[in-house]
Amino acid sequence: MSSIPLIAQTAGKGAAKAAARKGGRRRRPGPGGTGRRPGFITYGFLGAVLLGSLFPLYWSFLVGSHDSTVLSRGIPLIPGGNFLANAAEVMDSIPFWQALGNSLVVSTVTAFSVVFFSTLAGFAFAKLKFRGSKWLLVFVIATMAVPTQLGVVPLFIVMSRFGWTGSLWAVIIPALVTAFGVFWMTQYIREALPDELIEAVRVDGASMIRAFWHVGLPAARPAAAMLALFTFMATWTNFFWPFIVLDPSNPTLPVALQLLQAAHFVDYSVVLAGAVLSTIPLLLVFVIAGRQLVSGIMQGAVKG
Amino acid sequence: MAITDRGLKPAPPRRPPESRRVRRIAFSHRLSHWDVKFSPYLYISPFFLLFAITGLFPLGYTAWVSIHNWNLIGGQGEFTGLENYSFVLSQPFFWNAVGNTFSIFLLSSVPQVVAALVIAAFLDANLRAKTFWRMGVLIPFVVAPVAVGLIFNNLFADQFGLVNEILRFLGFEGIRWHSDATASHVAIATMVNFRWTGYNTLIFLAAMQAIPRDVYESAAIDGAGRLRQFFSLTVPMLRPTVIFVVITSTIGGLQIFDEPRVFDQYGLGGSDRQWQTLTMYIWELGWGQRNFGRASAVAWLLFLIIVLIAVLNFFITRRIANQGGAK
Repeated sequence: MSSIPLIAQTAGKGAAKAAARKGGRRRRPGPGGTGRRPGFITYGFLGAVLLGSLFPLYWSFLVGSHDSTVLSRGIPLIPGGNFLANAAEVMDSIPFWQALGNSLVVSTVTAFSVVFFSTLAGFAFAKLKFRGSKWLLVFVIATMAVPTQLGVVPLFIVMSRFGWTGSLWAVIIPALVTAFGVFWMTQYIREALPDELIEAVRVDGASMIRAFWHVGLPAARPAAAMLALFTFMATWTNFFWPFIVLDPSNPTLPVALQLLQAAHFVDYSVVLAGAVLSTIPLLLVFVIAGRQLVSGIMQGAVKG
Repeated sequence: MAITDRGLKPAPPRRPPESRRVRRIAFSHRLSHWDVKFSPYLYISPFFLLFAITGLFPLGYTAWVSIHNWNLIGGQGEFTGLENYSFVLSQPFFWNAVGNTFSIFLLSSVPQVVAALVIAAFLDANLRAKTFWRMGVLIPFVVAPVAVGLIFNNLFADQFGLVNEILRFLGFEGIRWHSDATASHVAIATMVNFRWTGYNTLIFLAAMQAIPRDVYESAAIDGAGRLRQFFSLTVPMLRPTVIFVVITSTIGGLQIFDEPRVFDQYGLGGSDRQWQTLTMYIWELGWGQRNFGRASAVAWLLFLIIVLIAVLNFFITRRIANQGGAK
């Protein structure tokens, strides 16, 4: 993820070079151009890809709606009526609602704080002049290359010193602001917010923080929405660190799911019902706001 | 606000006595000066503070822990120098994990990049309901890796798994996905590919849309078919993007943990550690055997491997980029 905004600059360059070499001829439709619509093969292929993306989820629901013996009786073709019973079993064997609540809290808090702090820093890097800003930004980008996973042992030691192991703080605090977020917002605000606007507000006597609040934040809204969505999803699906630092009695959803497998290894209908249950909330978010995420990924890659 | 004020009140109201006014202006000036000078640092400080505590410090501290005897419960023990490193490096489990990590990484990143390129090329057409298709390919991204692991663990079940049922239906033997090393790597790589192909597709698609359309037009005039256009135009022009996707998936792929961890219920990577990866090995040493010193040593070794690959990638990238320029 962290690399997205860097990519297309180079692609853009190559493309521009190519355009310079070959450009300037007559207009005719090419792939993706304004011209002819693609035919059956394209839609057929994309339909197959879509089915492939959906199938594992559907399969999960299919098995999750039968009882434990279903697979030994052959491949199920239509959903059975056992999903609610399996769901009840899931809730009996793991603290499902607590895990759902935890995931909701962690993801929401993280999303808001990443957006706020990243926009704040992005505003400073993009629009304010201060000594060393260039190098500090380079440093921020460089930190993206440091795999945070590798610091888990000391991070765990730090967290247990603070007495935070087992609590949600241990998951939330390291994620409060990300290098990717800072970089992403810097890139966006640089283009989206005219300098004149800040000057105007400043001339009117607004302090820096007011300028940020009244001009910076509103201008950054589209990028902030994408960042919030992405952070929410990434936090929701995160496993390694919560798995290490959280107590099994107070898990997030992925941690709880993994516990479910340990308890119900043979009863796959229950395990997969749990997988479905844990995916539904995020799927809803995606259906409602996924357009934003998709256009964000696309935009991030095109912008330099 | 103030602009309209000025417009409304052409004659300024009674002013305070000269001396007080000057002092106040001076003070507010200074305040504003401080504001300009220091608030940028204030705004960027949350990131740097947090990174110092949760990123930079742990990285250095890992090195410190790795040269000590260090127990999860007992804490810091005596200084041991590089003993943890030599111990780990002499362990067959370590090298097994290195091999598994690279095998899974290669099996996942190569087909993934190829598939993403092809799907992106199809998405790059003048489609009806563009957003629908784009969102469609991204759906796997909302499934948590743990859930993906559980689902595919079932699909690749040795006994009643769907994949083996299909293989048997087609007249092949069922494959022992959970005991054969290579087979388990294929299964785990499939999970990674499932989740990330769509995401990479969108990155490629964005880069493709930055290619000017008249390049294709002239190619079409020269008589190049769609396939020829894809291989001779699209792919070469996307080279930088391809390399970037490869680099990021390298960094992610070398740290893989979630999917192999839930591929069976024990989480050690199979009865013979057929699919234990380096990150799983760190977990086993640190939280299974409670030996933080050795876990940290492996963490540093993994970090070195990643840096090494990144540098290698960088030089290959430069090389290819230069060739692209010379062409």
